[in-house]
Amino acid sequence: MTAYTATVTVRLKRGVLDPEAETTQQALERLGFELGDLRSADRFEIDLDADDETAATDRAGEMAERLLANPTIHDYDVAVETRE
Amino acid sequence: MTVSVIRFGGSNCDRDAVRALAHLGVDADVVWHEDGLPADTDGVVVPGGFSYGDYLRAGAMAARSPIMAEIRDLADDGVPVLGVCNGAQIGCEAGLTPGAFTTNASARFQCEHVHLRVENADTPWTAAFDEGEVVEVPIAHGEGRFEIGSDAYDDLVADDRVLFRYCDADGEVTEAANPNGSTGAVAGLTGDRDTVAVMMPHPERATLPELGLTDGQGVLDAFA
Repeated sequence: MTAYTATVTVRLKRGVLDPEAETTQQALERLGFELGDLRSADRFEIDLDADDETAATDRAGEMAERLLANPTIHDYDVAVETRE
Repeated sequence: MTVSVIRFGGSNCDRDAVRALAHLGVDADVVWHEDGLPADTDGVVVPGGFSYGDYLRAGAMAARSPIMAEIRDLADDGVPVLGVCNGAQIGCEAGLTPGAFTTNASARFQCEHVHLRVENADTPWTAAFDEGEVVEVPIAHGEGRFEIGSDAYDDLVADDRVLFRYCDADGEVTEAANPNGSTGAVAGLTGDRDTVAVMMPHPERATLPELGLTDGQGVLDAFA
């Protein structure tokens, strides 16, 4: 078994309204920043042990499918790194 | 009929639902979710509130609690199941109904009276109304914007599963009358069976005459 950290990033699908991101963007603009667009996402860092990278990726992906993301509104991606 | 009103940590409309049902002569009890459903349950209300503090997403945690599997089994047997507000979010998260309820377009919590147009009066939840009738009920939510993929929305409409749309006092579905930016102004819908329904507005807050509005009685009549 190898120790991994799986990073799951969950974001709204393109085209789904994100009022929180819009509000955040407006606040940044009020502070004087220039920006084109702002998108927000949730990031989960999951420490786990698995036989190999594929198994770690699959397990984290299933976590996203079953809980971390809502497929109606979200896309997600999974990145896996070995953990010291 | 004995209706189980499910209480999660953070539910806060459970007693309102019991009281509203009692007013209609329906036997109803609060059931703590960890205790499981009583054997004599022949109706379920998943009430409003902030189960699990809305962690992750509103309804996400409660939807995956063991009692929801019991509720799904009963729903498959045709037992009436109603999710209100947080209960609607839970119902969509649990897959009892399609789509999702997410952050209001205003990004604000909205607590106000709204008008709803009855889209399909041929369900247990709307049999007390006529199609096209306008009813008035309160909303109180920050995450009530109904989102659904366009194909799934077309199916929902084609299958006549939209119960209510937000409208103005004259029954016109307009952008201004849509309080949260919901797709198709959908305020309530049914699942695979029309005995399963979710809605963001609160019928239990529009049932007791002393509260002023009583249009919610027609929805809860499904349990009578």
